[in-house]
Amino acid sequence: MVHIKRLQEDGADILAVVGEIDASSSIELDLAIAKSVGEGSKKILVDCSALEYISSAGLGVFMSYIEEFRDKHIHMVLFGMKDKVSNTFQILGLADLLQIRGNKQEAKKLLHELSV
Amino acid sequence: MKAKALIRLTFLGATISWLVMVFSDVTIVFSDKNGLTPDIPLWLPKVMLDLYVISIFYYYKFKIERDESLNFTDLLWRVFATGLVATVISLSLRLLDFLLGPTKLTLNVYFIDFEYLVSLALLLSFLVAAYTCWKRLILYQKSKWLLRGWLIFEIALLIVLISDNLQIAIHEAIFTAISILTGLLALVLSANMKWVAYLNFRQKWTSLLLLLLSFFYLGYFFYTVNRFSDEINLQTNAFLDFRSHVFNIYLFSFVMLYSIFSFLVILFNLPTSSVFEQKLEEVVNFQRISQSVQTEQSEESVYKILLESSVSSVFADAAWLEIKSEHQQNRLQTYQMKETDAARIQEHLNGRQVKGILDQNTDKTRNLSDHLSSLKGTRYRSLMAFPVYVKGEKIGTLALLKELPEGFNKEMTQIVAAFANQAGISIENFRLLKEAIQNERYKEELKIAKTVQKSLLPDKLESDIDFEISAFSESADEVGGDYYDTLRISDHQIGLIIADVSGKGTTAAFHMSQMKGIFHSLAQQALDPKEFMIRANQALKYCLERGSFISATYFVVDSKEKKIFYSRAGHCPVLFYRAKENVADFLFDKGAALGMVKGKDYRNYVETNTIEYHCGDVMVLFTDGITEAKNQKGDEFGLDLLKSTIVGSVSKTTKEMQDNLIKRLYTYTGTEEINDDYTTMIVKFRGQEH
Repeated sequence: MVHIKRLQEDGADILAVVGEIDASSSIELDLAIAKSVGEGSKKILVDCSALEYISSAGLGVFMSYIEEFRDKHIHMVLFGMKDKVSNTFQILGLADLLQIRGNKQEAKKLLHELSV
Repeated sequence: MKAKALIRLTFLGATISWLVMVFSDVTIVFSDKNGLTPDIPLWLPKVMLDLYVISIFYYYKFKIERDESLNFTDLLWRVFATGLVATVISLSLRLLDFLLGPTKLTLNVYFIDFEYLVSLALLLSFLVAAYTCWKRLILYQKSKWLLRGWLIFEIALLIVLISDNLQIAIHEAIFTAISILTGLLALVLSANMKWVAYLNFRQKWTSLLLLLLSFFYLGYFFYTVNRFSDEINLQTNAFLDFRSHVFNIYLFSFVMLYSIFSFLVILFNLPTSSVFEQKLEEVVNFQRISQSVQTEQSEESVYKILLESSVSSVFADAAWLEIKSEHQQNRLQTYQMKETDAARIQEHLNGRQVKGILDQNTDKTRNLSDHLSSLKGTRYRSLMAFPVYVKGEKIGTLALLKELPEGFNKEMTQIVAAFANQAGISIENFRLLKEAIQNERYKEELKIAKTVQKSLLPDKLESDIDFEISAFSESADEVGGDYYDTLRISDHQIGLIIADVSGKGTTAAFHMSQMKGIFHSLAQQALDPKEFMIRANQALKYCLERGSFISATYFVVDSKEKKIFYSRAGHCPVLFYRAKENVADFLFDKGAALGMVKGKDYRNYVETNTIEYHCGDVMVLFTDGITEAKNQKGDEFGLDLLKSTIVGSVSKTTKEMQDNLIKRLYTYTGTEEINDDYTTMIVKFRGQEH
């Protein structure tokens, strides 16, 4: 089960992911990102500090947006991952493809640099 | 056979006791008339009468009471028939009397005594037959107290029978008490009329007629036997006078009492019998609806039965059933009315925006009748509508119409609501059954898919003198997404692969088969592992749907150079054990999973790595199903436990190491049903010269 809260801060969409993302709940994550993109957000922050577990399907969701974001010049930064979750990203090689930072400040800073 | 023999025996007993009774009584009358002392005891005829009554009692007990096939009217018919036979015999005797005229014989007291005894026997047999039948009717719905009451009644009758014949001196007061008890019991027992409710209208008429005729027989016999007794009494007192016999009176009174009760109860039940029949029909209709799932093959027939049952239960003049349909227009099934009429009424009601047409709580009849009256050209004046629910979802509407205004009452509403409910349950069951069959078919297909998928994994791994190798794979669902394989590239090179398709189930297995094709075609070309991954990614680009990917590690083991070249594409890190240092390490290298980057720049995300191997080194490949397997507490098996398990068993063969690992995994999780696909391949090097 996953719960995704969406809020706005300094012109960026913040998606706070709470819980676990498995094959079935990955759809919710997909919908949340799609909604954000659909409403024209160019800056997306994903708060992973309350994310307990992510399955390959959940990783697939982040992966599936990589090219779309590049083409549309949308920037997405993930932050606050727990070690275990971070490991999953590392092993799959997603850490090199996505922007991942340790905390919100760093993430915001990166977002700022990227969009300049 | 035993029952038949008993019937014959009791009949024989009755005949013999009657014959003895006749001879002894005539002898006594003869002696009395001639002023002689009879050679036989005076009590003999009376005892014989008792024996006769008891024999007849058992005769009918075996014949009527034990016969399960008799229904209520059959029982009444038995009484009537016995009476008829008795009357016919008695009447023929009188006819004989009449034909002979007032001759010496007919005026002879002995002959009259004989005739009297014949009539008495016939009367008693008729009474006992009626008694037995009434017993069955009274005890139709047994209860403990009823059975006890009846037993006391029978015992009291027996006491009366024996005592007044054997002239056992019973105190007057006791005898009175017994008499009162018997009378009261007879009254209470006669109130048991439950069987009457089960008769239908026709059967009630038949019963009335049969009872009426039985009254006639009773009256006739009573008169005949009485007349004979009077005649004999004029000449002698010493004969067997039944009137001095209290038992006979009791029996006669009881039979008469119950006959009268039955007659009256049936008579007063006649007007309500149609209601009972109606209720019975409703029960049958209920059964028809609920059993339609087993017998009928479609929902249509359930609808049809619902329509028919509802209409017949509430005497409606017409009805329609509208079934909701998602894709097409709603279907309309009508009963005794044209579809156009039904549609017109519906349109009319819709036009007037009738609210609560399907609200069970409102008084539908009145409301809708009002609306109907404003519709011209329709005969119907009452309308009642019911929703049909399946799993809480409304699937249709049942509407019943009557030409009478205010044509439906509360009971009718309830019964039709119950029918609609039952129909909903039937349809639900029907759908569940269909679903179950469908699921069974899917399961069968998944089984086939599993067989196919299993065949994608190699039966036998490539062998080499330089290393030994073992592999194990199990899938959580019917089909899995883990893949491993080996292929000999040249005499000193062998390609190994382990891969995990994202997701589980059939799609995963489908991608796995693609991976097998890619491995077999690319590995043969003796590519550098990085190049292998780049080409595999290229090939999979169009196959994988959005969001799915394959993690894989590809190895080329070169036994000439004693080196392993490998490339990791997002797969779990390899565990490599170096025998010389007795140390095991996970090799985390750069590498993104296949399908993650669709473009050419995927080459930036993979690399080829090299390890030298020596004798005793062990390489363990695995999928995340092993490291992510959880124990009861929810903690994962993890990399550390995997490492220590392997290090602890490196001296063994790869097969033993593998078994040890799986065993360890099962003890850790506490089950052999791990909720993911899990695979391991263990390679142990010998490092011999080629």
